[in-house]
Amino acid sequence: MKFGVVMFPGSNCDYDTFYVLKEVIGRDTVLLWHKDHDLQGVDVVVLPGGFSYGDYLRSGAIARFSPLMQEVKTFAGAGGHVVGICNGFQILLELGLLPGAMLRNKDLKFLCQFVHIRIENGHTDFTRAGKKGQILKIPIAHFDGNYYAPDKVIKDIRRNGQVVFRYCNADGRRTDEANVNGSLDGIAGLMNTQGNVMGMMPHPERASEALLGSEDGQIIFRSLIEAIERKRRISRCP
Amino acid sequence: MKVRILVSFKDSVLDPQGQTIKNALHTLGYQSVKEARQGKVFELELEKTSEEEARKLVPEIARKVLANPIIEKYTWQIIQDE
Repeated sequence: MKFGVVMFPGSNCDYDTFYVLKEVIGRDTVLLWHKDHDLQGVDVVVLPGGFSYGDYLRSGAIARFSPLMQEVKTFAGAGGHVVGICNGFQILLELGLLPGAMLRNKDLKFLCQFVHIRIENGHTDFTRAGKKGQILKIPIAHFDGNYYAPDKVIKDIRRNGQVVFRYCNADGRRTDEANVNGSLDGIAGLMNTQGNVMGMMPHPERASEALLGSEDGQIIFRSLIEAIERKRRISRCP
Repeated sequence: MKVRILVSFKDSVLDPQGQTIKNALHTLGYQSVKEARQGKVFELELEKTSEEEARKLVPEIARKVLANPIIEKYTWQIIQDE
């Protein structure tokens, strides 16, 4: 079981993510350079937060052309697990691995604060260590996190159970106030139809130690470990 | 040849920056401003490219890179011949 964290010029959560996976969660983790072509046999690719390429053109718009991202696309197409956090989510949208796009936050402010999100689907490879309806306290830090997709796409996303997390208040209720960036349908995290690629705006790696105010972010990483170990057990059965 | 590409939000997408600009203009007394939209301008200098080739190339670049077709639209024009 091995995690890989991709580093782009301008990524700034790469080492935080690496540290949490390796030291807190305690799994083999490698850093992957965006110009390489080798995914080094990882089971999960994590696209970390930050400002890849200075957010030039649009957030995530340039990073998607990196050599390694072509490998990530192939990896995801073959069922490999990919998680995009914040800027990583934006890259997955630009790459077309997830539907929709990001707009500037509704109040045109950079938001850096703890938020609450609710697990909307507890049967995913990203949430199986938690349960549906569970409220997680995880921080956000972004300017472009106002999720948008055309009506038809939103309908499909809902019908397919692709919404993984929605913004809510501390009691788990969805309110306009709790939907801090104005995301359509309150979407904070989203997966593809196959269920192996997920993007989320909140930063689970910043909420994985009690010392930092919350350990709720661990659920995402522990879910992935469960999912991959389960897959291995099944494939080992005759 | 030089081409200019204008990328802006689709009409169906809310443009909060444009709205803020409109509100500022109203505050300044420009009440006749009914709507304001903000966009991006790109200028590309193309080498050894005919007009016919540009008509194929520029929309391709605009769709693939300069604009995100989910939220943005674009127009373009030739601003300087060879």
